[in-house]
Amino acid sequence: MNNGMPTIVDLKLVLPELVWCGFAVFIMLLQPFLKNRNFFTFLALVGSLGGTVLSIVSGWNYGPGFSNLIRMDAFSLFFHLLVGAVAFLVILASEAYLERENLDSPEFLALVLFATAGMGVLASAQELITAFIGLEMSSISSYILAGYRRDASKSSESSLKYFLLGSFATAFFLYGIALVYGATGTTMIDAMNAVNPANGWLKLGLAMILIGLCFKVAAAPFQIWTPDVYEGAPTPVTALFAAGPKAATFALLLRIFASVPAATHYWFWAFWVLAALTMFLGNLGALVQNNVKRLLAYSSIAHAGYILVAFAAVTYMAGEDPSTAARAYAAILFYLLGYALVKVGAFTIVSQLGGADEKHVSLDDYAGLGQRQPWIAAALSVFLLSLLGLPVTAGFFGKFYIFTAAVHSKLIWLAILMAVNSIIGAYYYLRLIVVMYMHEPKSEAAAAPVRFPVTASIVLWITVAGTIYFGLAPSRTLNFLLDQKSLIGSMR
Amino acid sequence: MMLPSLLTSLILIPAVGALALLVLRGDDHKFIRGLSLGVATFEFLFSLLLLKKMDFSASGYQLEENFHWISAPPIHYHVGVDGLSVFLVILTTFLTAISVIASWNSIHERVKEFFVVLLMLEVGIIGVFLSLDLFLFFLFWEVMLIPMAFLIGIWGHGRKIYAAVKFVLYTMAGSILMLVGIIWLYNVTGTFDLPQIQQALQASPDLLGKTVEIAQRNELLLFLAFFVAFAIKVPLFPLHTWLPDAHVEAPTAGSVILAGVLLKMGTYGMMRFCLPLFPHASREQRWWIVLLAIIGIIYGALVALVQPNLKKLVAYSSVSHLGFVVLGIFTFGTIGIQGAIYQMLAHGISTGALFLLVGMLYDRRHTFEISDYGGLATPMPKLSAFFLFVALSSLGLPMLNGFVGEYLILLGTYVTNWKWATWAATGVILSACYLLWAYQRVFFGEVTQEKNRALPDASWRERGILFAMAVITLWMGIGSAYFTRRTATAAETIRQEMMRAGDTMPQEAMSPSDGAGTKISLERSGNR
Repeated sequence: MNNGMPTIVDLKLVLPELVWCGFAVFIMLLQPFLKNRNFFTFLALVGSLGGTVLSIVSGWNYGPGFSNLIRMDAFSLFFHLLVGAVAFLVILASEAYLERENLDSPEFLALVLFATAGMGVLASAQELITAFIGLEMSSISSYILAGYRRDASKSSESSLKYFLLGSFATAFFLYGIALVYGATGTTMIDAMNAVNPANGWLKLGLAMILIGLCFKVAAAPFQIWTPDVYEGAPTPVTALFAAGPKAATFALLLRIFASVPAATHYWFWAFWVLAALTMFLGNLGALVQNNVKRLLAYSSIAHAGYILVAFAAVTYMAGEDPSTAARAYAAILFYLLGYALVKVGAFTIVSQLGGADEKHVSLDDYAGLGQRQPWIAAALSVFLLSLLGLPVTAGFFGKFYIFTAAVHSKLIWLAILMAVNSIIGAYYYLRLIVVMYMHEPKSEAAAAPVRFPVTASIVLWITVAGTIYFGLAPSRTLNFLLDQKSLIGSMR
Repeated sequence: MMLPSLLTSLILIPAVGALALLVLRGDDHKFIRGLSLGVATFEFLFSLLLLKKMDFSASGYQLEENFHWISAPPIHYHVGVDGLSVFLVILTTFLTAISVIASWNSIHERVKEFFVVLLMLEVGIIGVFLSLDLFLFFLFWEVMLIPMAFLIGIWGHGRKIYAAVKFVLYTMAGSILMLVGIIWLYNVTGTFDLPQIQQALQASPDLLGKTVEIAQRNELLLFLAFFVAFAIKVPLFPLHTWLPDAHVEAPTAGSVILAGVLLKMGTYGMMRFCLPLFPHASREQRWWIVLLAIIGIIYGALVALVQPNLKKLVAYSSVSHLGFVVLGIFTFGTIGIQGAIYQMLAHGISTGALFLLVGMLYDRRHTFEISDYGGLATPMPKLSAFFLFVALSSLGLPMLNGFVGEYLILLGTYVTNWKWATWAATGVILSACYLLWAYQRVFFGEVTQEKNRALPDASWRERGILFAMAVITLWMGIGSAYFTRRTATAAETIRQEMMRAGDTMPQEAMSPSDGAGTKISLERSGNR
């Protein structure tokens, strides 16, 4: 911990973060001198893509860096690729949105890149304070992004709510770190192995960390903010929220709660209850929504619940049967991948169909979409069916793997609860499909087809193709994830 | 083998047809109808090849194809056909072709999409009947839901959206449970392959649990996971409530496919999965399943009796007829199971034809209410003659197709337990009551409404379809041996599965003297 200056090897490990932050700073510096939107978008695209590609380079240098504060391994490489791809797609989708809403693009793009860098740190953190820095980097950027439509009161409300509740959760997280440090004398995640798992302060500290992180992933009962924030934020930002920070926070949760023995078996019931509660509250809440953004927000709560089912399996099996735990582990990663693709795609459609000031986001505005814009309706149907978990989509296999993991881990009841929830979920996803294909258009304003700009269309093509690809040939990706389990295991 | 990919072609032909329709322009309705008819007819003729290629005396699956698809978990594209599934596949291709013709003039909106959806539905159903990999089976089972829901929800009438959503949610509720069961089976056997799972369960009965009690409890849970999914599809009383809604609101083609083949997916599943995989649980749980089947037979018939809505009447008659099929399956005997298979086919043809006829009436008057009709035999003698013929076949007149199935089922049931047969036989009587009474109210007497006086009789197109259905009805009634010979091996295989592991069939059979048997046959003949 005392070798002072970072070495080249260290820097290579944070190459993606450096690129993302560097481009963000560059964009902000250029902003006073240039007015060309397209140039900034281009820059941000190059930055996000560059960082993502470079994460593969740093992925070759598997190993710890910065005196063990961070670690680049297959696990963090996966999350770097994921959040980088999400950032790229969100930037691509936001271009037309920002122009339509007449919002400045440079700050927006810079904030997205900063947030992405924070998520990257979160994914490779091996130490709790470093994780905290990553969390704050992504959170603070998110607070601002949520309120980016300054003139819209809903957007400001969203930002304020997110900020207040988010800071509260951060305080929990920080206090948890302090307690853990008090109990163990270290903030290094892998050094906690040596401590007696029954230590009361350690348990309390981990509980607080869990609460703080559950807030970030919108797990019940800490999910209350989600619908309001998702609804008020500019829709491309909502896409980012639903896909990026959630995945990165789950990464940290996995690092802590799947690898620290003190955090595994003791917390199995916590995850069980969280999963059950989150699934039910998310799905039941979504049943009564008439606003598509809110509906998707509740659906993303429900999906956090499905992922937590796999968490219960991981924590339950981590000590006893590592190979089963690894399968649940891989299931989480696969699920996050499919989920991120679908959410980005779906919110891109919502952001385009919303029209100026996002007026058309109610279910009624989607009536007759199947005839008005058959291709868009088809794409949205693919996303909804994937969320519903129907074959042949990424969402189906994601759910299937989690299901299998739960049954493998003998969590039959949780699997049954998940099944019940899938049926509840089917109702509201189908409802939207029914509205699109079987209802007549209601409002005059929404009856005209919305032109989709090339950028948004590219996003849709990528996300639809990805959703179907992972639904047809999931095993290649899953095997890749499973092969990396040795790396995950080596953290113990 | 001459055609190594016969089964795959059967799945692919309608899929390719649907895709072709999708990319074509949708303006020329005539061309679209023609193309779909071409595809559906070709598919039907192609499926007849199965009869030629198969060896019906051999047990086990034939024309199998097995490809590796997904490695983790090990999922294979494994399809095959046997005496149980072959006729169901042919029934599917036949009824799809009929549905295309039947929808010729009754679908005016979104014509292209309609035929795309119809062909996709065919893909799903054929896939279900051919899959030998549990995962593949589940996939087709789920995928088939969407086109059916669209068929009801877009081209239906009345509360079509409610009916479509109800249909999907009911089926999905069952199939998710089945998915848990499938994963559980995969967990203990390490494979999704149906023949392999069957072998594994036979070879080591302790696979499901360490002690006998645990193994039996687990087998029961697995059995229920599968059975409930199938019972919803059949539908078995009291899970039938989605059926009347779905039927009444569906367009004619949807009803024909729904009643003709979709319901059979449930009974097919029972025969293919529940009985062979979980014989102990099947036997243990038989009493209440049979009870529900008999309640379904009588309840369905009684509700049909008081229906003011003609289409609902036919729908409830399906509940009653499918109760017979379940009863036949759960006799576990060759006769009963053969009867069940036969009844599935016969019901597919005769109820399909009934729905076609009801649809033709609807095309003319846009109502299903019996009270809006009356005396139709005067303006449309040909159509009413066909209706009578089909109604008679549905109520089980000897020499027509409905008789053979019901007779075999009742015979098989009687051998097992004469009381069951007695109760079930009341359903036969009631079916005569509701069908003939409905026929009388719709077709006989004076024309009660002026509007009905000038209704056109069946057109050439309609007569063509009905004639084809009638010929098959008659052939199935007279030449039933053609079918029973080909399903015998499959039924015998299932019976042997039930006998496995040293268990003997309960020998309550034939206990009462001949008196009861005569009573039943008297009831039957008196009823006609």
